[in-house]
Amino acid sequence: MDQPLYQFIVIPLVKIVVILGVLSLIVAYLTFFERKVLAYIQVRLGPNRVGPRGWLQPVADALKLLVKEDLVPGGAQKFVFMLAPALIIVPAFLVFAVIPFGPATRLFGLLPEAIPPYLTDVNIALLFVLGISSIGVYGIILGGWASNNKFSLMGALRSGAQMISYEVPMGFAIISVLLMAGSLSLVKIVEAQQSSHLWFIFPGLLGFGIYFICGVAETNRNPFDLPEAESELVAGFHTEYSGMKFAFFFLAEYTNMLVVSSLATVLFLGGWLRPFPNVAWLGFLGIVPPFVWFALKVAGFIFVYLWFRGTFPRYRFDQLMHVGWKWLLPLSLANVLLVGLIVLLVKG
Amino acid sequence: MMEFLTAHFATILFYILAGLTVAGGIGVISFKNPVHSALSLLGTFLMVAALFVLQHAEFLAAVQVLVYAGGILVLFLFVIMLVNIKRMQPEQVFLSRVAPLAVAVGITLGAIIAGLLLAGSLGHPAAAPAALQSVQGQHVGNTEAVGWVLYTKYLVPFEIVSVVLLVAMVGAIIFGRKDPTLEGRGGRMEP
Repeated sequence: MDQPLYQFIVIPLVKIVVILGVLSLIVAYLTFFERKVLAYIQVRLGPNRVGPRGWLQPVADALKLLVKEDLVPGGAQKFVFMLAPALIIVPAFLVFAVIPFGPATRLFGLLPEAIPPYLTDVNIALLFVLGISSIGVYGIILGGWASNNKFSLMGALRSGAQMISYEVPMGFAIISVLLMAGSLSLVKIVEAQQSSHLWFIFPGLLGFGIYFICGVAETNRNPFDLPEAESELVAGFHTEYSGMKFAFFFLAEYTNMLVVSSLATVLFLGGWLRPFPNVAWLGFLGIVPPFVWFALKVAGFIFVYLWFRGTFPRYRFDQLMHVGWKWLLPLSLANVLLVGLIVLLVKG
Repeated sequence: MMEFLTAHFATILFYILAGLTVAGGIGVISFKNPVHSALSLLGTFLMVAALFVLQHAEFLAAVQVLVYAGGILVLFLFVIMLVNIKRMQPEQVFLSRVAPLAVAVGITLGAIIAGLLLAGSLGHPAAAPAALQSVQGQHVGNTEAVGWVLYTKYLVPFEIVSVVLLVAMVGAIIFGRKDPTLEGRGGRMEP
């Protein structure tokens, strides 16, 4: 087989299949994980009937969703109604094209040469992530509108307003990382944290807090889950969806949680680096492979998500806007100035 | 066949993307349903971003998606959904009065583009893709190159544009703000 074909077509295709497969599996088990964690927080047992200790529950759920009747409500905009679930799930998965899971690896000597485990490392990776995830809001808005249902429409409008509002402080929080790293490439950002002997969470604690709060709001999770506030809006933007189309919305939400967690890991927690990558006597931590460190950090964030859901009540809509525009936005602006000043003083 | 594809891949891609861009543009003005028009516009924006990538302007492509597709068009959709468009009858096409003006603007714009194309082919060759990736002869990314040009050569226009945008924003806030002295009239100031 000639070299370019191998390098530009075969290897990326294999990576795409592996990433998509593993991701789908993780997302499916995330739903199980969430039900279990919530159950234990509320002193219950959670699903424990299907398979050993309930471990086959996601399979049963998937089967159920696949064979369920697929309803399209009367008076719905059929084409847009079908398009919306695709518009939300495709961007969610697309982001993982640039997330660096680890450094170039030979997979414990199985491969003849080192291959990076991520799909690609583009110069504008961070902008790519932000741009692609901003497309996801169309799935929610159009899905809510096309359903021809007032609760759906209200959920969609709420969600659109919420996502646009929280994108702004999130962007500023990310800018503070860019100031420290000097690059938009996610791989270079991780490498900058290695060479500066510092995870960016330490100088950027404020930015990290703002980023994660906005990330929770962007994914419509508790305490920002107003778009699907069941006590007032039935199920919000996906009220009319059933079967596999509903599953797409559901999976997109969990995939977006993974996106926010992965990005938080890369930007603030040193990505695949072990804790304190430059402290020599902690070298024994290096026996854990880098992508395991990455997975552990992401899992930590996911747990915090579920913890939030088990702990906090929901915001009111005016409180949500108040927090976003009057607290987070000025704070994030001040944070950019502060970090810029520090970078200027340290680097000269 | 294979050699032809590899040699002209970029060109073929360009014509496909350009065709889709134009198709999207036509869709915007020909769909009856305004939401479908907005969706068509979304397609156009994404195709334009793809064209930018084809020209090695990755930064512009990302900003195109982020700002136009992710921000501005969402606000368009908001307005379309909140304003009841159905009340407007298609017979009352109020824009028909300005149709001659539209034709005149179109012809002028076409003439300008044609002129530029002609001038371009007569000894002002388009910038090579490498120029979009380098600063003072050094190879850097497209983002750095754009930033460099924006903050040195075009600093003054850049700052003026940002002030203009700020003025527009302040104006919008003043129009939308509640005035405590006008409680009786629904609390809104007359614009």
